[in-house]
Amino acid sequence: MPFGNTHNKLKMNYSSEQEYPDLSQHNNHMAKVLTPEMYNNLRDKETPSGFTLDDLIQTGVDNPGHPFIMTVGCVAGDEETYEVFKELLDPVIEDRHGGYKPSDKHKTDMNNDNLQGGDDLDPDYVLSSRVRTGRSIRGFCLPPHCSRGERRAIENLSLESLDMLDGDLKGKYFALKNMTEEEQQQLIDDHFLFDKPVSPLLLASGMARDWPDGRGIWHNDNKTFLVWVNEEDHLRVISMQKGGNMKEVFNRFCTGLTKIEGLFKERGHEFMWNEHLGYVLTCPSNLGTGLRAGVHVKLPNVSKHDKFGDILKRLRLQKRGTGGVDTAAVGGVFDISNADRLGFSEVELVQMVVDGVNLLVDMEKHLEAGESIDDIIPEQK
Amino acid sequence: MPFGNTHNNFKLNYKVEDEYPDLSKHNNHMAKVLTKEMYGKIRDRQTPSGYTVDDVIQTGIDNPGHPFIMTVGCVAGDEESYEVFKELLDPVISDRHNGYKPTDKHKTDLNFENLKGGDDLDPNYVLSSRVRTGRSIKGFTLPPHNSRGERRAIEKLSVEALTSLDGEFKGKYYPLKSMTDAEQEQLINDHFLFDKPVSPLLTCAGMARDWPDGRGIMHNDNKTFLVWVNEEDHLRVISMQQGGNMREVFKRFCVGLQKIEEIFKKHNHGFMWNEHLGYILTCPSNLGTGLRGGVHVKLPKLSTHAKFDEILTRLRLQKRGTGGVDTASVGGVFDISNADRLGSSEVAQVQLVVDGVKLMVEMEKKLEKGEAIDSMIPAQK
Repeated sequence: MPFGNTHNKLKMNYSSEQEYPDLSQHNNHMAKVLTPEMYNNLRDKETPSGFTLDDLIQTGVDNPGHPFIMTVGCVAGDEETYEVFKELLDPVIEDRHGGYKPSDKHKTDMNNDNLQGGDDLDPDYVLSSRVRTGRSIRGFCLPPHCSRGERRAIENLSLESLDMLDGDLKGKYFALKNMTEEEQQQLIDDHFLFDKPVSPLLLASGMARDWPDGRGIWHNDNKTFLVWVNEEDHLRVISMQKGGNMKEVFNRFCTGLTKIEGLFKERGHEFMWNEHLGYVLTCPSNLGTGLRAGVHVKLPNVSKHDKFGDILKRLRLQKRGTGGVDTAAVGGVFDISNADRLGFSEVELVQMVVDGVNLLVDMEKHLEAGESIDDIIPEQK
Repeated sequence: MPFGNTHNNFKLNYKVEDEYPDLSKHNNHMAKVLTKEMYGKIRDRQTPSGYTVDDVIQTGIDNPGHPFIMTVGCVAGDEESYEVFKELLDPVISDRHNGYKPTDKHKTDLNFENLKGGDDLDPNYVLSSRVRTGRSIKGFTLPPHNSRGERRAIEKLSVEALTSLDGEFKGKYYPLKSMTDAEQEQLINDHFLFDKPVSPLLTCAGMARDWPDGRGIMHNDNKTFLVWVNEEDHLRVISMQQGGNMREVFKRFCVGLQKIEEIFKKHNHGFMWNEHLGYILTCPSNLGTGLRGGVHVKLPKLSTHAKFDEILTRLRLQKRGTGGVDTASVGGVFDISNADRLGSSEVAQVQLVVDGVKLMVEMEKKLEKGEAIDSMIPAQK
């Protein structure tokens, strides 16, 4: 793979026009923003670990995108990427995160006491509740750029820390490369196992290199708290359970994350965070909270209402099929989650999900009873 | 993508043990040869363009291989790779090319007049004849490593050279990115069009970056001479036609190649070649002649004979299905071609195909008449 210091200098033998990618067929955030002038300004720069502009944009060059789905088209290789390549990433962030400005400050709030209600979403409709986020460990390069040594060091650190969790969070780590057939089957049955990425969006950025070395899954004995190590981010943290008690899910999420952060700090490592971008992750779309809180909820009537899309937008929510992103809903069951990541706190985003889903279930009951929902359509949040 | 000078220095902060890949599940030439000691010795080296050992081996780490199919597991990023990483590549080459030693010399012979016969393979059995090879242009890095500027410069040089050909070689260049639907349809019908690589063996090596930028196909008006630009190698050159006149195919191949080489030399860009490795190509399996000369031939009876594979081995030939490598044969029609690339000349390899196919067609005819072929089985060539 060619993108490093020396080879960057070799590329300087060619003019900027000769090196500038052809983005004429492209529709992603990077392609909308990267002009030839900007390419020229940034092409000789690199972060201290050697990540260059071409590393950043390769996934967006290789994946032109879709007329209707706007992908990000760029990834970070380390914490400094967001600073060294501000000229490109600030407008990408602004476009992706509802006009978020370079001078804006992001608020972090993981105090579960600040969440109002959320413990009583109707389990006849809300089948399961889940909150996930990502975390990056300061001092290491990110998955598109890290070496095997770094990735293994991240794994060891994560193992040591997760091993210290106790009580409700006590659990076990399963390294992908040492998994037995039985362990693998169990993790598949629990819907916990993650596969080697097949999406060209991920592969083209280099994050699947050396698979499955250094990758694994940790989960607690109760199977309600789960951590992925070295998939798309250093850590992905997931709290989930059946039914509609989102408050309990969020409580476990916050408690678990806070404990993990403490354990990492004891070992001299903190999470990547700053007051402008919040938590720093590989994909610019996951900056801020990196949080996706959602439910699987039965909405066969509401989902057919012609204002469904509009209602979701006003509630700042998005829908997905129950297989996750880009899947179709089955049997009127939808995955409903927060659309935002950056510019709102964790509590605020989960509150939107709790309040929004409560309203949607209420609307579903109205429609079941043959009543209109026109007067309960909400304002834009 | 992380593998360059600065990040290479960054990786040196980690010990050899921490960076050495886990090759325990691997079965490819690279994995058989790369010990931890060897890795430790060569890990801080790089070629003048910045290619490192991790770049060389990434494809072999990401693709463990198959119990029965031995892949190479490493690629070159430039001409100097074969020198800077000799410790690794010499034993790989020796293992792949029948014990070829670091001191051996490779003979190049593109004088078609030295071929004996070959103009009369029985067209009732031999449906088509084809010769292909690859060429790399000196002074540029290879497809796993080159930048967009380099790739476009290679394309530009190639297009100038190829469109200046005349006589039977007169033809047209079709860049992949600006092909019309009609042109694409025609090229598919002619079996000329190459697709974006999907094999992870190729994509993990980085050679599909920026697709389809800088890639294209040139063919002559007669559709008997074809050049691929910037696919797995800088150039792939193919001569082909229906029927059994391999002599004519080989003549066109040699004449065309030599004309192309002259034009490149005039621009001070000869082909990469040296007296030890012959023609330098991206994959170590294609060193030497890079030549695969073959026919599609009907051998329904011979192919089911108990000694078929042994006959092929003795004749230094290999079989493939008519869809190419790793496909099955259809209706008893096989693709039969030379097995060797390095250590024998172009003429010698095509001679093996001509003589071997002639013999096999005779065997087929004998078996059709119910006669034995035991007395015809050849000695090991």
